[in-house]
Amino acid sequence: MSDHRPESRATRRDFIAGSASLAGGLALASAIVVRPSRATPESMAAAIKEVVGEAPVRKGKVKIDVPPLVENGNAVPLTISVESPMTAADHVKSIHLFNQKNPQPNVIDVHLGPRAGRAQFSTRIKLAAAQTIVAVAALSDGSFWSGDADVIVTIAACVEDLQ
Amino acid sequence: MNLVRRLFFSTSPRISSSIRVERPPLPASGEREHLWPLLSLIAFIAFAATAPAFATEIPSSERRSDYELMGPQTRAIQDDDTANPGMLGALDGEAEWSRRDGAANKSCADCHGDARASMKGVAARYPAFSPALGRPIDLEARINMCRTDQQKATPLRFESKELVGLTAYLALQSRGMPIEVGKDERLKPFIAAGRALFNQRQGQINLSCAQCHDDNWGEKLAGAPIPQGHPNGYPVYRLEWQSLGSLQRRLRNCMFGMRAEPYAYGAPENVDLELYLMSRAQGLKMESPAVRP
Amino acid sequence: MSARTLINVPAKAKRGEVIEIKTLIAHPMETGYRVGLNGALIPRDIITTFVCTYNGEEIFRADFARAIAANPYLTFSTVATERGTIAFQWTGDNGFSASAEAPITVE
Repeated sequence: MSDHRPESRATRRDFIAGSASLAGGLALASAIVVRPSRATPESMAAAIKEVVGEAPVRKGKVKIDVPPLVENGNAVPLTISVESPMTAADHVKSIHLFNQKNPQPNVIDVHLGPRAGRAQFSTRIKLAAAQTIVAVAALSDGSFWSGDADVIVTIAACVEDLQ
Repeated sequence: MNLVRRLFFSTSPRISSSIRVERPPLPASGEREHLWPLLSLIAFIAFAATAPAFATEIPSSERRSDYELMGPQTRAIQDDDTANPGMLGALDGEAEWSRRDGAANKSCADCHGDARASMKGVAARYPAFSPALGRPIDLEARINMCRTDQQKATPLRFESKELVGLTAYLALQSRGMPIEVGKDERLKPFIAAGRALFNQRQGQINLSCAQCHDDNWGEKLAGAPIPQGHPNGYPVYRLEWQSLGSLQRRLRNCMFGMRAEPYAYGAPENVDLELYLMSRAQGLKMESPAVRP
Repeated sequence: MSARTLINVPAKAKRGEVIEIKTLIAHPMETGYRVGLNGALIPRDIITTFVCTYNGEEIFRADFARAIAANPYLTFSTVATERGTIAFQWTGDNGFSASAEAPITVE
């Protein structure tokens, strides 16, 4: 119904266009509005390469302790441990954690040494979607070892209005 | 990531008109003592007559804290005081407790001393009846009543670091104690009002709280188990929020998720709901500051 | 600017014992990918570095990316060598800086 009041600039066409974009906007607001570049298996491989260079990465020694099904992707608790005597002669120098599907591949880089006693740390991370996470350990002898874990992330049933 | 999932219930979405729940008018101050029991009785009968059939309430033997439906890793975060981010809020509250403020330049500690003694068990009894207001008052409003009346300071905003911290610190003093809310006769009409809200279908998907939390607790929704929805851990560090928040924040969040218009912070409907939920959780142990997904 | 921290370090340890250190700090860890009101991106604001020293010597360091959860929790271990102070330092975007300390007695 077109608006006959002279002072109002609203017309029937404008009104429908407005409500369509409002409805569309509402639908968009409940989906993802902005799509930043996502990490992919390729970008994760590139990030790992930045750490290891041309050296080979062997599977083993590195264990990721993470729940296979996570209640909320905002805070995924995990523990990473690497088998190592942690002596001056044989220890883990650093541990690097990567992910496949967050906007960026890096998660955390941890630098230790023989004073750590144990090559292990725990933290909580954000995971945007179900994905594989990979941890790479750099040992004092120059070798690199890795371990991975698959994580499924569930989303909260009731999300919040941004205030 | 804010994807809104469709709820797989059999109701077809339609806009339902909100049911206005009538509350008895407050009697004039001089008549308060005499009229109140009569008015509340009339109101209660009116509610019972007009209210829709209620979903079956969970019997007390089956009451379970939402904690029990969480995965072991999330429970571990709550169990460890040095891993629980809610404890950071409680520490903020501890500092706030001793901070002098307002025209009276007083701190909570100046009147109440050591909270570990004076506030023990308090949060487990709230919302309580306020004679000054003639209706229930929740912990946040009670703190603000002290702020305005005793400290002569401005009330703290809902979800402000100070108010959430203070409620976390106070609620921590009741940790492990059973909830004792609702036995006061004066609260009965407000509990009934809260129960009516809990059972009322509302919003675009025409859903009531009871349909999930009374009828389908334990079942899965979008991969996660539906809890009974008890408020025994508030203020709660909700992983979805990545912050500590009040029960009213959670109720507003629920209603938004149900595609219904949330009540404003401090609205009587929110307080009635808080009161009903606490009385529905009677006997459950307080866990504040809890962690929830 | 500073922030609330919660540290767990055993007050006493035997020489040579491997002790666990737990740290928790209040920080929003805003990724820079979240959309706020009006569709505008909320700018990134994260802790980028964490350093732990034992009597002044660095024993542990972590570089955080945006994927670390809000209110970062980090536990690690160290060998109890001598009595003294274990110190913690967090730095991040927008000039963020916070520190904490815990004493330790080693017998």
